[in-house]
Amino acid sequence: MNPLVGQLINLFAALMLLLAFAMISQRRVLTLIHLFALQGATLVACTAVVGYATSQSHLYLSAGITLALKVLLIPWLLHRVINRLSVRWDVETLINIPTMMLIGIVLVIFAFNIAAPIAQLSSSVARGTLGIALACVLLSFMMMITRSKAVPQVIGFLSMENGLFFAAVSATYGMPMVVELGIALDVLVGILILGVFMFQIREQFDSLDIRHLEKLKED
Amino acid sequence: MLLALLGHRGFARDLNVAFSLATFIGACGLTLRVVSEGPLFAWQREFFIDPLNVFLVALTAFVALTTAIFSRPYMRVEEERGKMTPRRLRLYHAMYQLFSFTMLLALTTNNIGILWVAMEAATLTTVLLVSVYRTAASLEAAWKYFILCGVGIAQALFGTVLLYMAAEKVVGAEGGALLWTHLEAVKGQLDPQIITLAFAFLFVGYGTKIGLVPLHNWLPDAHAEGPTPVSAVLSGLLLNVALYAVLRCKVLTDGALQAPLAGQLMMGFGLLSVVTGAFFLSRQRDVKRMFAYSSIEHMGLSTFAFGMGGPVATFAGLLHMTVHSLTKSAIFFTVGHAAQKAGTQVMDEIRGLVRVNPTIGWGLMLGSLAILGMPPFGVFASEFLILTTAMKQEPWATPILLLALGVAFAAIFSRVQPMVFGETTAKRLPHPPALLPVFTHLALVLMLGIFIPPYLADWYRAAAQLIAGH
Repeated sequence: MNPLVGQLINLFAALMLLLAFAMISQRRVLTLIHLFALQGATLVACTAVVGYATSQSHLYLSAGITLALKVLLIPWLLHRVINRLSVRWDVETLINIPTMMLIGIVLVIFAFNIAAPIAQLSSSVARGTLGIALACVLLSFMMMITRSKAVPQVIGFLSMENGLFFAAVSATYGMPMVVELGIALDVLVGILILGVFMFQIREQFDSLDIRHLEKLKED
Repeated sequence: MLLALLGHRGFARDLNVAFSLATFIGACGLTLRVVSEGPLFAWQREFFIDPLNVFLVALTAFVALTTAIFSRPYMRVEEERGKMTPRRLRLYHAMYQLFSFTMLLALTTNNIGILWVAMEAATLTTVLLVSVYRTAASLEAAWKYFILCGVGIAQALFGTVLLYMAAEKVVGAEGGALLWTHLEAVKGQLDPQIITLAFAFLFVGYGTKIGLVPLHNWLPDAHAEGPTPVSAVLSGLLLNVALYAVLRCKVLTDGALQAPLAGQLMMGFGLLSVVTGAFFLSRQRDVKRMFAYSSIEHMGLSTFAFGMGGPVATFAGLLHMTVHSLTKSAIFFTVGHAAQKAGTQVMDEIRGLVRVNPTIGWGLMLGSLAILGMPPFGVFASEFLILTTAMKQEPWATPILLLALGVAFAAIFSRVQPMVFGETTAKRLPHPPALLPVFTHLALVLMLGIFIPPYLADWYRAAAQLIAGH
C-alpha cells in the first residue's frame, strides 16, 4: 500500500478528532455549524482517499452523498434556522469547558482501549482509525448530554452520525449501498423534522432552551 | 400504502381502515404460505419470511387493523373538540400508514442494515405522531423521544457496523455480509471478540426502543402525550419489533460466542425493567403513563424469558409478546375512550365507567385483569411458563419476579377499580366508541389462555426452535 495514503488517512482521522474537541469547546452556535461542516468535509476527503486507495467505487458515491448532505445541505438548513430564530448567542454548557475537555480525554482513552484489539482484526487500510471513530461518537454523545439548547444538541446528533460513518469506512470500507442510502434518507428526514420541531418549540416556549422541556417528570 | 396522503376529509379514516385491512389480508395470505411451504425469499434474498417473523407480521398487521378501526370514532371526537385540525388529521393518517409500513419492513427484511434503517424510520414517523397535538407537553415528549431514541439507535448502527466487519471476513464483501440468513449459516466462524462488542452496542441501541430500564425515560412520556391510538401501536407493535431485532442479533451472538453472554445481559436488564416498571406503577396519576410503565414491565419479562433461553422459555417469551401486545392495545383502546369521556387522563378524575358506558368499563376491567395475569387469560399462561422455567433454571430470580408481579397487581388493581365502579356525572360520548377491537383482542387473549390451537403451538415451537437453536 502506498505509504502516502496511510499517512493521509491518519491525518484526516486526527483532524476528525480535533474537530470533535473543537466542537465541544465552542460556545458560539454559528462557529459550531462551521465546525460541523468542516468535519463533514474531512469525512468526505477521508472516504474518497480510502476509495481511491482500494479502488472501491461505491465509496466515491458515499463520499458524494456525505458531501451533498452534511457539508452543503444540512449546514445551509441550520443557517436558515438560526437566522430565522436569531439564535446566535453564546451556548451555555452544563459543565464548564475545561472539565469537559478532561472528560473528553478520558473518553478518548477509553475508546482506544476498546477498539485496539478489534482494529487488529480488520482488513481495512484504515483500521488504525477505528478507535478515533469511536472516540468521535462518544465525544458527540457527551456534547448532546451537556448542551442545554436545541441547536447544539442537533449538531451533536449529526456529528455522532459523522463518527459512525467514519467508523463504517475505517472498519469495513463502508456499508452496502442500499443501507447507506437508507441511512442518508433517515438522517435527512430526521433533520427536517427536527427543524420543524425547533420552530414549534420556539412558538410554545419563546425560547430554544431545552431546560423548558423538563415538565414531564416522575413526582 | 402511502396514498393516505391524499385524503384529509371524512373518508380518510375509512381509507385508513381499508389500507390496514388490505395489509392484514396480505399478511394472512403470507402466513398461510409460510406455514405450508416453509421460509420464503424475495428480491435477491433481501426479504425473507420464516416462522419467527411471520408470526410477528401477522400480529403487527392485525393490531394495526384494529387500531385503525378504533381510531375512527376516536379521531372524530378529537376533531370536534378542536384538538385535531384537518391538516393534522392528514399528517396523522399518512404517518400511521407509513409507520405500519416501516414496521413490516423491519420484520420482513433479511438485511440487518435495512432493519436498522426501518427502525430509525419508525422512530421518525412515531415522533411526528406523538407530537401531533402540538401542545407543550407533547412537544417535550416528542423531543425527548427523538433525542433518546436517536442516540440509542446510533449505538445500534455502530453495532451493525461491527457486525458487518466480523461478517465480511467470513462471507466476503460481495456475498451479502449483512444478510441475516447468510450470517446465521456462518455464525460459528464469526470472531467472538468483535461480536461481543457488536452485541453490546446493538443491545443498548435496540434496548432503548424496547424501553429497558436505564433507557426507558422516553416511553411513558411518549405514551401519555401522544394520541391514544399511537400509544396502542407503540406498546403493541414498536416494542415488539425492537425486541425482535434484539432476538435476531442474539441468535448470531450465541452462535459466535458459545457462551451465554447475550442471554445474561438480556436477563439482567429484563429483570431490572420488571422490577422498576412494577414499582413505578403505583406512583402514577396519569392513566396512560401507568399503562406505559406496565408495558416496560411486560417487555422486561419477555426479555428475561428470551434471556433464559431454552425452548420452553423462548416459547413463553413469544407467547408473552403476543398476548401482551393484544391485551395492552385493547387496554389503550378503552382508556382512550374513558379519557375522552372524562376530558382528562388523571386517574382520580375518571370515575364510574360502568355506570355511563358499561362496555368501556367492563372492557377496561377485563383488560386490566388480563394484563395482571389472572388465570383464564393468555398472560397467565405465559407468565406461569416463564416463572416455572425461572424456578428451574434461575431460581434466584423467582422471588424477585413474584414480588414485582405482586406489586404491579396491587398498583393497577387499586387504580382501575374506582375508575370502573364509583360515582360519576360524566355524559356519554357523542359517537359510539368502536369496542369491537377491544373485545376481539380480549377474546383472542382468553382463547390463548385456555387453549392454544395446535397449528399455532407448532408455529410458536418452530419459532422458538429457531431462536433457541435446538
